[in-house]
Amino acid sequence: MYKRNKYEVKSNKQIAPNVYEMILEGETTYITRPGQFINIELEGFYLRRPISVCDYDENTITIIYKVVGNGTEKMSTLAKGTILDILTGLGNGFEKLMSGERPLLVGGGVGTPPMYNLCKELVKQNKKPIVVIGFGTKSEVFYEEKFKDLGADVYVSTIDGSYGTKGFVTDVIKNLTDYTYYYACGPENMLKAVYDIAQGKGELSFEERMGCGFGACMGCTCKTKYGNKRICKNGPVLKKEEIIW
Amino acid sequence: MVEDKLSVNLSGVQLKNPVIPASGTFGFGYEFADFYDINILGSISLKGTTKEERYGNPTPRIAECKNGLINSIGLQNPGIDMVIQKELPRLKEVCQIPLIANISGFSVEEYAYCCEKIDKEEQIEIIEVNISCPNVHNGGSAFGTTPESAKQVTQAVKKVTTKPVYVKLTPNVTNIVEIAKACEDGGADGIVLINTLLGMRINLKNKKPVIANKMGGFSGPAIFPVALRMVYQVYEAVNIPIIGVGGVETAEDVIEMMLAGATAVEVGAANLKNPYACKEIIENLPKVMEKYKIEKLSDIIGLSHD
Repeated sequence: MYKRNKYEVKSNKQIAPNVYEMILEGETTYITRPGQFINIELEGFYLRRPISVCDYDENTITIIYKVVGNGTEKMSTLAKGTILDILTGLGNGFEKLMSGERPLLVGGGVGTPPMYNLCKELVKQNKKPIVVIGFGTKSEVFYEEKFKDLGADVYVSTIDGSYGTKGFVTDVIKNLTDYTYYYACGPENMLKAVYDIAQGKGELSFEERMGCGFGACMGCTCKTKYGNKRICKNGPVLKKEEIIW
Repeated sequence: MVEDKLSVNLSGVQLKNPVIPASGTFGFGYEFADFYDINILGSISLKGTTKEERYGNPTPRIAECKNGLINSIGLQNPGIDMVIQKELPRLKEVCQIPLIANISGFSVEEYAYCCEKIDKEEQIEIIEVNISCPNVHNGGSAFGTTPESAKQVTQAVKKVTTKPVYVKLTPNVTNIVEIAKACEDGGADGIVLINTLLGMRINLKNKKPVIANKMGGFSGPAIFPVALRMVYQVYEAVNIPIIGVGGVETAEDVIEMMLAGATAVEVGAANLKNPYACKEIIENLPKVMEKYKIEKLSDIIGLSHD
């Protein structure tokens, strides 16, 4: 179930180069799982902008987005108090019940945000998450402390080695052995690398250019072993075993 | 009663209002039942259906534009048998209004095959024959671009169904009036126009087309004046009802389309931007009618003509 509502921008601040954290105030009852996304209408743009939910509570939604085009650039200029028309509760989200006692959460760049609420939920259920987040360079790293504050074991990788493990998230994951299940969100080449190296079962969150965001237009279809799926409606999270690369 | 003021008649099929979500923007309807009661709609033009299942085109399939979007879905659909076995029953649970099936094909035989099958479905009261989809390399657009092939498809379909056949035309032709007349000659009960305009976008960052298939169908409010003009021209030339479609977003647009000659109006791209678009249009119609002193919507069909 999803719903359109008006939301007020409570804050919108840069937390890394080209990366912004926005807090929105409004109805959140239609968000039911970590890993879901919201679809934001922007003045002057025909289509909405789908952005994953980083965190939410009774009346606020936190999103983290990277400026990659004109739409997200416009978002970065929105002032506190701006009212936005947003669809919430979109996408399937992650399956928390699969996690086991020691889930591995992998985020690459702006694929990191949906891991935050997932981590929070898993900690609430007394799980002991391991979080591996990868960035290009030290200045791009965000949310490391916030994951630590939740009580997770956190590893950071940077491609240039300026912070944490040098290389990719997989350079951390290859040395980990005690995780029970994995969740990953990030660029497709990262997802593929995680898929190839991570042991056991898991689920991965994908991205695609969308039309509607709620399953009507078939703009974001992908092939899976269980048939055609719409990333916006049957995804963005796919189980490891159904993925066709 | 409000319903009487809004109701229109398409070849004997009574719709409680002229607002119909356009094919390809509303799935098989039930996705929108999560947003509102879709029984308030005049009808629904269902997702384009072919004989076999089709995956469609590679992604990206969508490119945003100023005042619209380009899509290149490539007629993704589960095939006529699955539509009948799965999609229609699933829709029936949440929707009891008269429905429009949208049929596509790559040969005259395929059109006829699908129409004959869908003809047996009680839920379907009108068959919309898409001879205009510009996305598929090896078919579709060819039928809609010459009067002869448009007529040929129309005749073949008319032979296998007793339900009203509405032929949906592509605007990517030199003379749409000729095509519409050929469909009328072929026995069409109505005309639906227009489908999307062929367009493209190029990504400045990688210097490549945004859409994997390079080109696609442009829709949205930017095409409204083109659609309106074509409805106006075709209304002058044929004696069968017209469903106007192209860039309709508001109750005012619906009224303008009807003044140009449309008996009913389809709403397409607007559904993707705002899932409540059709609901809002229907709710606004009585107010806008009052503003422009319109008693009954059916009275204004073609009223702008001399």
